[in-house]
Amino acid sequence: MWFVARRLLHAVPLLFCVVVLNFVLIAATPGDPVTILVGDFPAPPGYVEQVKREFGLDQPIYVQLMRYLGHVLTGDLGYSFANRQPVSTLILGRLAATLELTLTALLLASLLGIALGMLAARWRGSWLDSGVQGIASTGYSIPDFWLGQLLILVFSIWLGWLPSQGNMSVRGAPEGFAGFLDHLRYLLLPALALSFRYLALIARITRAAMLEVLSADFILAARSRGASETSVMITHALRNAAAPVITVIGYNLGFILAGSALIETVFGWPGIGRLLFDSISRRDYPVMMAILLMVSVTVVLANLATDILHRAIDPRVGDR
Amino acid sequence: MLEVRDLSVEIAAGREKLRVVEGVSFSVGRGEAVGLVGESGSGKSMSAFAILNLFPSPHARIAGGDIWLEGRNLRGLSAREWRGVRGAQIGMVFQDPSSYLDPLIPVGRQVAETLRAHGRNEGAEARVLELLDLMELPSPAEVARKYPHELSGGMRQRILIAAALALRPALLIADEPTTALDVTVQAGILDLLTRLRVELDLGILLITHDLGVVAETCQQVHVMYAGTIVEQNEVGALFRQPRHPYSQGLLGSMLGPDSRAGNLFSIPGSVPGARDMPAGCRFHPRCPIFQPGLCDTGEPALVDRTGGGSDRCRRSGEFDNAWRRTA
Amino acid sequence: MSTPILEARSVSQLFPIRSRQRLFARTVMQRAVDGISVSIHPGEVVALVGESGSGKSTLGRMLLGLLPPSEGSIHFRGEPVAGLSGDAARRFRREVQVVFQDTGASLNPRHTIGQSVALPLQHNLRLPAGEVGRRVDTLLDQVGLAPARFRERLPHELSGGQRQRVGIARALASEPSVIIADEPVSALDVSVRAQVLELLDRLRRQRQLAYLFITHDLGVVRALADRVLVMQGGQLVESGEVDALLTSPQHAYTQRLLAATPVPDPARQAQRLAQALAGRPA
Repeated sequence: MWFVARRLLHAVPLLFCVVVLNFVLIAATPGDPVTILVGDFPAPPGYVEQVKREFGLDQPIYVQLMRYLGHVLTGDLGYSFANRQPVSTLILGRLAATLELTLTALLLASLLGIALGMLAARWRGSWLDSGVQGIASTGYSIPDFWLGQLLILVFSIWLGWLPSQGNMSVRGAPEGFAGFLDHLRYLLLPALALSFRYLALIARITRAAMLEVLSADFILAARSRGASETSVMITHALRNAAAPVITVIGYNLGFILAGSALIETVFGWPGIGRLLFDSISRRDYPVMMAILLMVSVTVVLANLATDILHRAIDPRVGDR
Repeated sequence: MLEVRDLSVEIAAGREKLRVVEGVSFSVGRGEAVGLVGESGSGKSMSAFAILNLFPSPHARIAGGDIWLEGRNLRGLSAREWRGVRGAQIGMVFQDPSSYLDPLIPVGRQVAETLRAHGRNEGAEARVLELLDLMELPSPAEVARKYPHELSGGMRQRILIAAALALRPALLIADEPTTALDVTVQAGILDLLTRLRVELDLGILLITHDLGVVAETCQQVHVMYAGTIVEQNEVGALFRQPRHPYSQGLLGSMLGPDSRAGNLFSIPGSVPGARDMPAGCRFHPRCPIFQPGLCDTGEPALVDRTGGGSDRCRRSGEFDNAWRRTA
Repeated sequence: MSTPILEARSVSQLFPIRSRQRLFARTVMQRAVDGISVSIHPGEVVALVGESGSGKSTLGRMLLGLLPPSEGSIHFRGEPVAGLSGDAARRFRREVQVVFQDTGASLNPRHTIGQSVALPLQHNLRLPAGEVGRRVDTLLDQVGLAPARFRERLPHELSGGQRQRVGIARALASEPSVIIADEPVSALDVSVRAQVLELLDRLRRQRQLAYLFITHDLGVVRALADRVLVMQGGQLVESGEVDALLTSPQHAYTQRLLAATPVPDPARQAQRLAQALAGRPA
């Protein structure tokens, strides 16, 4: 598809800007990276100079930038001194955990949100509708990290049903399917905490979009042909309401990723969000920049996926 | 075939209930086109929607009367039974064909929706192509795969008609089917409706504000004003000799070949709302031959006149044209 | 002859159509309006007739200065509109007004009728506050809306015909010399349509107001216009005096248009029926 190729081509300058901006922002933040390299205690000036020269920190900022860009292009994201590991290894190790958490949260939010929104629209004005709207307004006003702590308090501390930290039993994690179940127990609370806000948002958007479509003329026409309410909902209303819902889901993926930084910290989830949190507190610049770049790429890809879905659903988009 | 008796429709507006259609009766026979003419607010579209018990607004409902279709009274049908009537026994087409087609679904499938909704899945595709051909659409197989935005307004209206007639209903309700179309396209659709009426022995209820359209397509005409039928007659007679002052005024305000600015006729005042319906004859505040004591007390009944037709005017027959006071 | 108030000199409008079936989109230009010249003189009514997609509304938008022509030029009192600035540009915007098919949609739903009509008086004419109120009343009165009854109402409380008159009053507030009217009466009921047409005609006689009437209704054309231009596919296919053109149309499209217009005469039914039954392409 040429459209995809062209969109990817458009993403290149965007990502370039992101990398440059990240670099400049971090270079502009107070705090000298040398301090982290040599330690906080007063070091002899000669040693500081030597470290600076070794890492190219004595060069003007644009030279540093060019070198960084060159490295990024060849896939070298730098070396984390705090972790004594190349950044790419570090990130790849955490990537799976974060993807698992965010995608689960996204799936949960989308499926439940769309289902609740549809039900609320179908039985508009009923107790069900009021319930969904209640969930939607609370969900949207509760901060997710606070919800996470609340969930830990209720389900881990009071009820003791679910673990509160990590992503698997440290001692004697079971094998096979039992291991998978064990893992799910760890996943459930953070995914729920992370998804709730988006579930609320998606339910609200779905309800509003469905109600708008249901009052459209072509719905009346479908009913005049004898189509049942269920068939009207599924064949016409849901499809036509999908565009705004997909847009909201796609464009919020970035926020879910951002939210995962806090949730991973609250639940001790060994993912990228926690890595970001840690690297910020340790001023581990190469890691921070790499994560920011990765998030940007994800957002760009999510937007692209959203647009492709739009085209798949709506024949009017694209051929003009 | 279709016999509507004393039909009333009301719309709930807060606590109030507004009667937008009051005691409307008419019938449509097989192979006959009946026009329901009126201006906005006359209740003509609401009367049409009531026949399907399907309203654009959730606040509207049938408040009284009977709807007989081929010997069966549709009043009192369950929601499920009504659905069985829609599409199968009565088809409906609407004003703006672009908004009445789902933009995301190929038009062929929308025509097939009528068949599938009534469980006729077998041979649906072949039937769709046959219908599109009947609608005089070129290369039906190609058209069926297209989306509404890829078709012209006239073609879209033909698709809607095809969907409405997929199960060969005895009655087609057409609500302003050509208002949104260009004049030349309108002519094609009207010709098509006429041909379908004759070839399929189809009864057509045509809702329109355009007297010209009625004159060229209908056999019977009902003129509606403020929720009631004020005059009914065979088309030739009604155009030749309208009896009710409102019908006379409506015909007079049409632009003819001799209409020039300076001599244009219009009915003063405006249609009353359902909230402030005048007592007596609903037209009396605008009527040129209003007679105090006669016209403003008690709602006049629709009276059959000698020589055919019926009207609701108590001074019916006194003037050829009440607006010019010519006897 | 006098200088036309508004004139289009062989204007064209090209719209880009992008084909996106390749990596770098190729743009094809489509001519929505193709080399048309029109002139509108004071007190003259010119009708522009054509089906949807014929380019008639695009031409209207170019004459209003809303859409710069791709080729050719628009002239206001002999001056090219593209070169106008300052007072001259303000004068153009004040003197060339528009009335749409559904003016109700273009009225601010939160402004009272009085406020909507007052706006151009304050902005275009910069009248003092006391004068504005008086002028609003005069204008409402002129379009047949009793000021005391309608001044404080909101658009949604009015009927379509009444809103249309508000739209006309608002257009008149700027004291225009020409009004581009895009289907101004086609959304109105027949019984009201005549009232609005009479109003437009009266204003033309009182104020030497000129109109460009964009419409597909030949009855309206005959009742009000002096000249007709018939457009098809972006091109002018026929033009001339109304009566002559409608009595003996030369171009095939004009003939078709005339034949297609429904006439309130049931005698035509038999003819239509025969045509319908015979007209089916084999």
